[in-house]
Amino acid sequence: MLSLSHYLILGAILFTTGIVGIFLNRKNLIVLLMAIELVLLAVNMNFVAFAHYHGDPAGQLFVFFILAAAAAEAAVGLAILVLLFRNLKSIHVDDLDTLRG
Amino acid sequence: MDFEAFIFFFLATILVVASLRVITARNPVHAVLYLILAFFTAAGVWLLLEAEFLALVLVMVYIGAVMVLFLFVVMMLDLDLDQVRQGFWRYMPLGALIGFIIVLEMGAIFTHRIFQESAVVPMPGESNTRMLGAILSTDFAYPFELAAVLLLVAIVAAVALTYRGGRTHSGSRAINPAEQVRVQAADRLRIVKMPVTREESEGVEGEEAGTEGEQTGETKAC
Repeated sequence: MLSLSHYLILGAILFTTGIVGIFLNRKNLIVLLMAIELVLLAVNMNFVAFAHYHGDPAGQLFVFFILAAAAAEAAVGLAILVLLFRNLKSIHVDDLDTLRG
Repeated sequence: MDFEAFIFFFLATILVVASLRVITARNPVHAVLYLILAFFTAAGVWLLLEAEFLALVLVMVYIGAVMVLFLFVVMMLDLDLDQVRQGFWRYMPLGALIGFIIVLEMGAIFTHRIFQESAVVPMPGESNTRMLGAILSTDFAYPFELAAVLLLVAIVAAVALTYRGGRTHSGSRAINPAEQVRVQAADRLRIVKMPVTREESEGVEGEEAGTEGEQTGETKAC
């Protein structure tokens, strides 16, 4: 019989994959954004699992709001990416030093 | 192992493999395609958790809109694959170490007996979508409005970031028909008077050339 911990561990594996992806693809902004999407998917998975096992619809509703925020984040992130590529002709992270950080 | 558990482990395996391929794929287009597979499989897992509305929203909004947007951008940008992969293996030990620690910590917590409950509390209401809609328009009406404003801000931000001033900016090759119609001959053609040149030593032929040169003004397009 499936228990809550099955889903939580699946979410944990997804979350870890996303975090490791952020580490590995530090030079690649597109895969960086995709790793963030993976992390958000893991969080959503946990919310849905808790909502199911506790019978609480608020958990599912929270996923709804996270999806809205993630869609907005992806749209603005990709717009910034396109703008960077248009101005610098590359999205290499090392080229993004105009703020002298 | 019952059928539900079989489905779960089947989907979980695909999900983990797809997400691993997302972060290790050489080609960003492949990474986006594997991410689409991961989201689709996650929608299957959510169906198993009886979150039908969210599973369908994930397929329609996420795969249908956000991932296609990703695919558009990835295919539009001309990426240098070797430069993008630079430093991949250098960060591998640190990334693997941190990932291992996170899995260890979360595994230690999530295998605790309070998370082992397999008794499902049934949701109120008969339909998942109807229930979500009911509490979305009563208890969560204010956050719902805020989410709508957030999406509006995202639209305005994305347009403002990528808008380049329409037809008037310098790099554009867009034509303006009104300006084309309004053009006068003087805007395109300049008639220049050239001084008469005459070669003295050649008698009649030189004079002929001189008169010809006087008659034909040089036309120059500007």
